[in-house]
Amino acid sequence: MTKKEWPLWEVFIRGQHGLNHRHVGSLHAPDAEMAINHARDVYTRRKEGVSIWVVPSRDITASSPSEKGPLFDPAESKTYRHPTFFDIPDEVGKM
Amino acid sequence: MYAQLVKSDALKSREDMSPEERAFQDRVDNGEKIEPKEWMPEGYRKTLIRQIGQHAHSEIVGQLPEGNWITRAPTLERKAILLAKVQDEAGHGLYLYSAAETLGVSRDELLEKLHSGNMKYSSIFNYPTLNWADMGAVGWLVDGAAIMNQVPLQRTSYGPYSRAMIRICKEESFHQRQGYSIMMKMAFGTPEQKEMAQDALNRFWYPALMMFGPSDKDSVHSAQSMAWKIKMNTNDELRQKFVNETVPQAEYLGLTVPDENLAWNEDKQGYDFSEPDWSEFFEVIKGNGPCNRERLGARVKAWEDGAWFRDGLNAYADKAAARRQAASVAAE
Amino acid sequence: MSAPEAATNSATASLPDDTFVSDASLRPQFFEWLCRMGDNALILGHRTSEWCGHGPVLEEDIALANTALDLIGHTQMWLGLAGEVEGEGRDADKLTYLRDAMKFRNLLLVELPKGDMAVTIMREFLFDAYHHLMLSWLAENSKSPRVAEIAAKTLKEVSYHLDRASDLVVRLGDGSAESHRRMQEAMDLLWPYCGEMFAGDEIDAAMSDAGIAPNLDDLQTGWDAAVRDLFDEATLKMPDQGGFAHKGGKQGRHTEHLGFILAEMQFLQRAYPGATW
Repeated sequence: MTKKEWPLWEVFIRGQHGLNHRHVGSLHAPDAEMAINHARDVYTRRKEGVSIWVVPSRDITASSPSEKGPLFDPAESKTYRHPTFFDIPDEVGKM
Repeated sequence: MYAQLVKSDALKSREDMSPEERAFQDRVDNGEKIEPKEWMPEGYRKTLIRQIGQHAHSEIVGQLPEGNWITRAPTLERKAILLAKVQDEAGHGLYLYSAAETLGVSRDELLEKLHSGNMKYSSIFNYPTLNWADMGAVGWLVDGAAIMNQVPLQRTSYGPYSRAMIRICKEESFHQRQGYSIMMKMAFGTPEQKEMAQDALNRFWYPALMMFGPSDKDSVHSAQSMAWKIKMNTNDELRQKFVNETVPQAEYLGLTVPDENLAWNEDKQGYDFSEPDWSEFFEVIKGNGPCNRERLGARVKAWEDGAWFRDGLNAYADKAAARRQAASVAAE
Repeated sequence: MSAPEAATNSATASLPDDTFVSDASLRPQFFEWLCRMGDNALILGHRTSEWCGHGPVLEEDIALANTALDLIGHTQMWLGLAGEVEGEGRDADKLTYLRDAMKFRNLLLVELPKGDMAVTIMREFLFDAYHHLMLSWLAENSKSPRVAEIAAKTLKEVSYHLDRASDLVVRLGDGSAESHRRMQEAMDLLWPYCGEMFAGDEIDAAMSDAGIAPNLDDLQTGWDAAVRDLFDEATLKMPDQGGFAHKGGKQGRHTEHLGFILAEMQFLQRAYPGATW
């Protein structure tokens, strides 16, 4: 008897038309097609989705936690990227 | 709880911590979530694997006592509700195993440890379900006790565990209510039904109190888990809260809680109640509960009988991948 | 919980006019035929639900429970309509819990023990292939609007059951040596119970003449082709064509297994008559 475990998959579901796929969890399946079927059975039991993506967990490349500072801190100084940075007089109306 | 008697490290004082440990503790204290590949003390990782694993095992072993009545449910609607609920428990086991897997242990390894008796599951599932009112009592008392613990755990420090608990709590909101709805039908039904309801309460009351585990107010192990925010309340706090909420619900049903010492205590704004028989609890944990053998046996059998099925699907996936590979080579 | 809700909603929402439902001349045959539809779903759902907590892997445990839940929902719709047609105050629960074995009209195929996963999956495929053809015909062609409506609702779920079961038959048939052997053995065991699906009797003839249900011979051609194609893909051998077929379930002559299913399923209703649950 082989002792091979079914690989792990990450599951992403589009909850409603027009929204992004969102990570909902993971599951085991022997291949991609079965991972899709399992995702339907496991993660949409309450009619939670209109589209499913599955990705082998081992194929996900993640940013390293120790680089969190260098990767994300610079953006904090660019507050001009956010709309509230700019004062627009009330008389101008909604913008 | 679903994770009782989880071994943890002794509480480390701040002075004894390494700089890394101190920084980690600061993040936990600030309410930050710890995510999978971030640095964590080895004790934190190991304790979490034990706790989440035990919780996951409890979910899948917990399918069995209720699964026992699926084919005997008395109406089509009750059958569908019970089946959906027991199916949810399988789903919750799956979410929790996934959370544990982010800590570097595989689901099959955890199952191996369950099957060999090296990891435990909640003592409650070693009690039998003997009449239909037990389906009510399990939902009302067992899920009720579990919720006491799971709601605060949504705020636990480990991100994947917290997210699993959020999903589980959302799905479980109907479980306790469906249990109480069965209890109402039984308690307000025929005399025989009421007798079944009382019998179920009599049998499940103390085992439900045991779910919270023995008193741990002086335990250094619990203190460390609480400092790490993987345990949010003491066992005694949760047990008291459970009794306070459950007694009026039993009164509404016209049922008697099987405890002669049960009395409202105005000073503490809570009920005084009898402790369960802790020697019984330790016997059950050791393997001497009424159903330990059957429960673990059923899990092992399902796993072993399913080996050819899992292997067969692996074999097909390998063949299909090889065929795709050959086809793409031929096309080049 | 969508299935029971759907059943309740369909009872309260506006239902299509259906003269067949009150047609006294056709009543006994229509009732019988509806019981056949409902009892197949009920008994197969029962067998499938036996896996809950005992599946070979968590994902499959959950998938099997979904199938069983769908079938329980279908039972509520078909037997609910059967009760209406009969007009004697029996609802889906009364028909489920208070009929004895000889009044059950399911195929023998669906009452056989669940066996291993090979038997479970193979049976599901063989039945689904038939069920899917039946429901597709009913949804499109049935002259009874109520029947067509239930068929259309259940068809969506049964399409998924058929896809899932077909996929697993191929994978396990063309999987390991052991999974192949088990699938072939399952087929050899179940094959003699397939003929009953297409063995028409006077009830089937009456339903077909009234335009409510299809001629079973017409379905069989499609079923034979679907099964043969899938078996090729699954590298499984078709058993001897035109072999012996066990029959009788549709007329109430069952295997010994059904009595035990009912003893379990009906226990509470029988032991405590008149109680509500």
